[in-house]
Amino acid sequence: MSETKKFMYVNRKPPYGTIYAWESLEVVLIGAAFEQEVSLAFMDDGVFQLVKNQDTAGIGMKNFSPTYAALGDYEVTKIYVEKESLEERGLSLEDLQHLVWEDEDEDWAEKDSIHLVTRSELADVFAGQDVFFNF
Amino acid sequence: MSILHVVNKTPYERSSLATATGMMKDSDTLLLIEDGVLGAIKAGTSASLLSGHKVSVLGPDLAARGISADKLADNVDIVDYAGFVDLVEANDKVQSWL
Repeated sequence: MSETKKFMYVNRKPPYGTIYAWESLEVVLIGAAFEQEVSLAFMDDGVFQLVKNQDTAGIGMKNFSPTYAALGDYEVTKIYVEKESLEERGLSLEDLQHLVWEDEDEDWAEKDSIHLVTRSELADVFAGQDVFFNF
Repeated sequence: MSILHVVNKTPYERSSLATATGMMKDSDTLLLIEDGVLGAIKAGTSASLLSGHKVSVLGPDLAARGISADKLADNVDIVDYAGFVDLVEANDKVQSWL
């Protein structure tokens, strides 16, 4: 018997200073194989994870940011970015990667994965989840 | 006497930047490295902490996080690793706010 649960991965740390962001991405990709209904939330400093044009050549660490673009292929298509967190940090949606997924039910039409939501809207999304994973 | 204050934590989760800038004398310099560079973004709420201070930020840590020079507060100077060493040498002491 299989039961699909709604998994929410909550990302609140910036990349590179700690290992949390990368670990989260690894766990999301592993979890995607178990066909649960997966959502990702990026809030607080977690919004920095999705900033485009990351170049880690100068710090000797792996740049894992291109992997976010592959999430759509793993059917991870619900990525929520909190508007207040972006604004406090001087960022806007234009500073982030443009992440898309292809909808096979609509002739593989490309759709946006990122949903810009207010804190209050994100609270509504949280209310509908079954399990939280925090990074 | 001068102190180089080094901050490596994000100002949005930790108070290191506020404490460091609050402790700075006119002759002191602030250097932002690692997650500390996030505090140098001009449109961010933490940028006001930098005003009136001599501030440098480590370029490779900015690049890793995708933050371009045009997004930084006006009084911020970008340095490379050699510039980091120059700052250590130019100041009498180093205080790292962990």
